[in-house]
Amino acid sequence: MAVDVHAIDGKLAAPDERFDVVVVGAGDAGTAAAIAAAGEGATVLLVDENPVLGELMGSDVPLFYGGRMTAAVQQPGRMLEQIFASNPALEAAMEAGVDVRLGTCAWGLYANGPAMRALPEPMLGIADAERATMIGFGRLVLATGARDLVLGFAGWDRPGVMGAQGFAALLTRYDAFAGRRVLIVGSGALALETARLALSRGIAMAGIVEVADAVQWSALGELGVPLFLGHAIVSVEVGIEGVNGATLATPGSPARIAVACDTVILAIGAIPATELLDAAGVRPGETIALVGDCASVSRPDSAILQAWCAALGRHAPPETIVCQCEAVTRADLIGVQPPRYLDRPERMAERSLSTLLADGPAHPDQIKRLTRAGMGPCQGRRCREQVACLLAEKQGIPLDRVPIASFRTPVRPVPLGILADWHESAAMTAGWDVWFGIPTQWTPYAIIGTPEEAEQVSGLGGNMHV
Amino acid sequence: MSEAATLPKGASVVVIGAGVTGLSAAWWLARSGIDVVVLDKFIVGWEASGRNGGGASHYQSPLFAEEQRMWPQMDELLGYPTEYRRERIIIQRDPALLGHYRAVGRMCTAMGYPVDDLDGRQAQAAVPLTDETCLGGIHLRFGGHANPQRTVQAYAWALQDLGGRIFQHCPALSIETAGGRAVAVETPRGRIACDALVVAAGPQSGMLLAPLGVDFPVTSARAEMIVTEPAPLMAIGGVDGNGLYGRQTLRGNLAFGGGPHEWIAMAPTGPAARPASPLARNLARRVAEMFPRAAHLSVIRSWAGIVENTPDGRPILDRLRDPANVTVATMSGVGFGLSPASGHAIRDLVVDGACSFADIAKLGLARFADLEPDWRERRGWAA
Repeated sequence: MAVDVHAIDGKLAAPDERFDVVVVGAGDAGTAAAIAAAGEGATVLLVDENPVLGELMGSDVPLFYGGRMTAAVQQPGRMLEQIFASNPALEAAMEAGVDVRLGTCAWGLYANGPAMRALPEPMLGIADAERATMIGFGRLVLATGARDLVLGFAGWDRPGVMGAQGFAALLTRYDAFAGRRVLIVGSGALALETARLALSRGIAMAGIVEVADAVQWSALGELGVPLFLGHAIVSVEVGIEGVNGATLATPGSPARIAVACDTVILAIGAIPATELLDAAGVRPGETIALVGDCASVSRPDSAILQAWCAALGRHAPPETIVCQCEAVTRADLIGVQPPRYLDRPERMAERSLSTLLADGPAHPDQIKRLTRAGMGPCQGRRCREQVACLLAEKQGIPLDRVPIASFRTPVRPVPLGILADWHESAAMTAGWDVWFGIPTQWTPYAIIGTPEEAEQVSGLGGNMHV
Repeated sequence: MSEAATLPKGASVVVIGAGVTGLSAAWWLARSGIDVVVLDKFIVGWEASGRNGGGASHYQSPLFAEEQRMWPQMDELLGYPTEYRRERIIIQRDPALLGHYRAVGRMCTAMGYPVDDLDGRQAQAAVPLTDETCLGGIHLRFGGHANPQRTVQAYAWALQDLGGRIFQHCPALSIETAGGRAVAVETPRGRIACDALVVAAGPQSGMLLAPLGVDFPVTSARAEMIVTEPAPLMAIGGVDGNGLYGRQTLRGNLAFGGGPHEWIAMAPTGPAARPASPLARNLARRVAEMFPRAAHLSVIRSWAGIVENTPDGRPILDRLRDPANVTVATMSGVGFGLSPASGHAIRDLVVDGACSFADIAKLGLARFADLEPDWRERRGWAA
């Protein structure tokens, strides 16, 4: 059988390193899993992306920090010390022989499947500030925690609006939270946990906002914190340092409540941070396990999310931002309008999410490519759920029937020069072609079947694009 | 049409496949006042038509002159933005490759498509993201690039504005024939009769045509791209080189692909998945080498598209002899840029039986009459 020298078979290199067990995420669950595996005699790698570069935190990667970090996050050395101080088990892991690499993100998971056979073995792509490395594993344990669930309202894109996961990380992992008086949105388990954390650190509580008429977790009622039940956020007031207050309203009433606060924490719910699996199209199984929050956190109930989305949406003016990275507004999204750097011809005004949905159920990836919502450097972390909620609302269907916009590898932004494989295999270099490497594809039509065709093949190697 | 919308009992022309070729054909047919219905297994442009480099420079094609005539008018004719921009630059950092492309440039100029040589300094000035490692390049005073998904959607909307109908989530299951003609298409939502049929179903075309006794030789492979966060805008975003094709989007993102492909098996329902591979790292290296001043920019996604190829990598555009009212089309990996012209050619084949503006005889199916049954294996293209 002939061999296509331009096909990928045999060109993807084996991993740079191999471990019996690789653990992603050095929180409690990940560190414990790493120590346990080392105790059984396995070679173990434990990677954790913290300390995350201050610059990435500014883009809300991987959590929604909302610009409420202190300047301390710009000092990686100090952050590293802080991480060891906040997790004493890390030292135990090192003593147990675990190879611990901090400041190292896991950006890609690769495994063969029905549409890919070319990998020599499953592997995990990791990167620190210097280089990317491919890691082979016998078993992969994901302890990647949860990510923030973000829903927008007027002003949510200004400094001071953040997620509960980001808040907890800044307080407990970094000791670098810059706020002083917080308003919590939501009243479920996460809201309770967030409120308790704030109180335990001496942070003033401006109150708890809940769209329903009662708190979801009754313990919230016993904290001695103002409860704004049946309310939603209309907007936040913003000064030179970001948020300095929030305005609340209850449906059907023109009355407004002004709440003084410098931080609004979205604690409606959290999402398991399984984007490595999602991007790879891989499910947990014998070789890949989920532990900790990414295994135990569940998405909030669709009905609760949709109630929040509707309540916040009622007050949000059309110019409210949905996607911060690409500056896509609610009006842009609902109108499936192109980005501002393109002209909007007259006929665009007649197009909208409604006309698009009349063609059949839309996929968020289609909305993403048309409006650019979710196409920016935060990789859609801040707007995925908002877009899905709007799609559900416009179609009048439950949220869980709307697919979530795809995650793509790398699931963390990785600079070109770091992601680059500077030592690629000789087979890769030798077999590289711009396109499929089919010489006859590039023959000018006029000379097909003429003697000139042969001349072109010998003269240019037959291939216009190499 | 909503998911529940009733499929009409019939249409003058049914087009199978709402990719860029099928939609352009439908748009051209609708412009001629013809009642046309497009069927698609999922969403418009969901496969290779919406997942490609957006290039529009395949000067080797007999359709290229028409493409060049049409592209500058497309935004206005369609009524929706395609992000089309003219011209391309190819830069190189390897002297041998630079020599190769200079020869390509001379050939283009001789064909009537002017190309200017750029020396190192000129290339560096024209492509500010590169640096002194760039030895030079060529400036194609033709061709260009556009946004794939936006263009596909523009065709779809323009078609609807002309009264054409698109049924998404409505795969063609089989083609019904009678008396040497295709008379209807069977779908999960019912049967739709047709006077003429266009099969532009990409990788699925072969499976649909085989029961009719038509051998339509295509096989599919995965091609991959990476995208960075936005870089400062270059005057000409269509920059290729260093083994890569791609574009800087008008937002500033660098979107580039190239390198080895993987031949994959294809189900009637389409690809099982479109995973990207660690090839992203080899692409990142080449982008960083081509644009050293952008090497600090982050890659924010990689993705893959599934592209069908014919045995010679050239399009098939043909009106069949039997069934005589069926026109078949695949652009074999060069379809996006040529779409304004391929749709025109298909419209002509359907309505007049022959292309009015170019000789496309050498793109007929007849050239594969003696194709070996194991043509995939013979090329190493078996999945």
